[in-house]
Amino acid sequence: MKNVAQRAYFGKALADLGGKDAEIVVLDADLGSSTKTSDFAKSYPERFFQCGIAEQNMIGTAAGLAVSGKKVFASTFAVFATGRCWDQIRQSVAYPDLNVKIVATHCGISVGGDGASHQALEDVSLMRSLPNMTVICPADANEAYKATMAMAEHDGPCYMRMGRADFPVITGEEDVFIIGKATVLKKGKDVTLVGSGQMVSVCLEAAEMLKEDGVSAEVINMSTVKPLDADTLLESADRTRCVVTAEEHSIIGGLGSAVAECLSENDNQPLSRVGVRDSFGESGEPEELMIKYGLTKEDIVFAARKVIDRKRKKKGFLWRK
Amino acid sequence: MPNEEMDFDFLKERARTIRRHVIDMTCAAGSGHPGGSLSATEILCTLYFHVMKHDPEAPQWKKRDRFVLSKGHVAPGLYAVLAESGYFPVEELRTLRELGSRLQGHPSYGKLPGIEMSTGSLGQGISIANGMALAAKLDSSDHRIYCLCGDGELQSGQNWEAAMLAAHYKLDNITVFVDRNKLQIMGDTEDVLSIEPLADKWTAFGWNVLEIDGHDFAAIIKACEDAKRFRGRPTVVIANTVKGRGVSFMENNADFHGKCCNPEQKEKAMCELEECL
Repeated sequence: MKNVAQRAYFGKALADLGGKDAEIVVLDADLGSSTKTSDFAKSYPERFFQCGIAEQNMIGTAAGLAVSGKKVFASTFAVFATGRCWDQIRQSVAYPDLNVKIVATHCGISVGGDGASHQALEDVSLMRSLPNMTVICPADANEAYKATMAMAEHDGPCYMRMGRADFPVITGEEDVFIIGKATVLKKGKDVTLVGSGQMVSVCLEAAEMLKEDGVSAEVINMSTVKPLDADTLLESADRTRCVVTAEEHSIIGGLGSAVAECLSENDNQPLSRVGVRDSFGESGEPEELMIKYGLTKEDIVFAARKVIDRKRKKKGFLWRK
Repeated sequence: MPNEEMDFDFLKERARTIRRHVIDMTCAAGSGHPGGSLSATEILCTLYFHVMKHDPEAPQWKKRDRFVLSKGHVAPGLYAVLAESGYFPVEELRTLRELGSRLQGHPSYGKLPGIEMSTGSLGQGISIANGMALAAKLDSSDHRIYCLCGDGELQSGQNWEAAMLAAHYKLDNITVFVDRNKLQIMGDTEDVLSIEPLADKWTAFGWNVLEIDGHDFAAIIKACEDAKRFRGRPTVVIANTVKGRGVSFMENNADFHGKCCNPEQKEKAMCELEECL
């Protein structure tokens, strides 16, 4: 499996979009060389606006462009893209339901050495709670490319988050990406593993480990966290009778919460959440941090075993082999 | 026609009508923000009834001038000029703040024709104007962007981020009016958090700065014309005004920032507005 940075493909997608659609405009807050909006800037400098280290004004400016008919992509690190200007996103983008795409890189603890100040673990929660907002966490670089294209076609506000590091490419170039549609990457019958972002590939690795123990895990790529694909989730949970979520985000308000909300309002299958457990991150190598904060394939396997135990203890559980 | 020879009776009459609407609709709603609407009445009337190119029959006309109400609590004043312009029936003004009304407590984009942007959370309007101005430049359209700010809201940092960007990109198609009525909820702006020296701040941020009497139609029109001629920089018009203007007991009274008249006060206010100006 090849490792590629999602942001590289996002940059490529934006540059490709620039050539196809003259209404595409890109805004940056002094991080374009990292977020890769610089690719677009090189090709279409007249439609690229550097806003400086002033995210609140960047979002307002994006709203003003969007309300004038432009398709606006505003990009910076996830911490600044959501937290620094949440009120501007709420008031000037989500409430008037404008065509602004907020695309963030450097999400999660895998940012590494920069430490907690730069590791967004709350961004999905912040964006998911806003009416009209679509929230996308692509599983790999291919999906980052396709999601960028899909957002340009989608009318309304979107938030997309991507990591800094190179992640395994797990989807094919020919695979279809549809906003709001989850994909079952691996069929299974004992437990459903639901991942978002780079944790989808970790779910696939965990499924392999579980297989060695004779446990058959289904893996769902829930790359759109909002709107959640409840049909795909419930159809799977109905068969496996237990669910594990995995996200590089706080367990509060992100994918785990979205899945918990959906399950508890339906048949309420047992759920276990893998994510950062209500804490800030810290400096370190990405791999060290993923271990320390419980985001490895072993953590998913452990959560799967626990949740399978819980389902077996449930009243009325029938062994089905 | 040179301004000094213009007959302002029409605008004066309009201003009186707008002020009466503001009192009437906030009283009907039982809440709202009359004070700032009354201080900004001449600015709103001059823009909508004289300066701006706009068409109530075609609210989405691409080349129309845009107006962003950064001080969103002045919604009653804006709704009144929109209704009197013909964007929606004047009778609808009395639905202000009612459940299901298109006239939300603060302007809501997409509900009411003529509203260019949702506002109400202060300090965001100039950023919106920036985006609109950049779009106009990209589209090589010569329409202009007008934005009305409160003075108190200039305490918010986003305004100054926006001021920097407008100057950096030479957005000479923006005219910002500051309704300098000197009062905010907790009192005098200079006691709450001083914003002076205000003109110097804007100058330092690279703007063309004009200072006028914000109740003088000729001065407002001239400022708009000067701003239009000025190339390479955005223009800010510091419009010195009186909060609650036109109603004796509301003038310079911060209590009427976010409070409407009681029935006796309403009667008195309407009487004064019959005779004033």
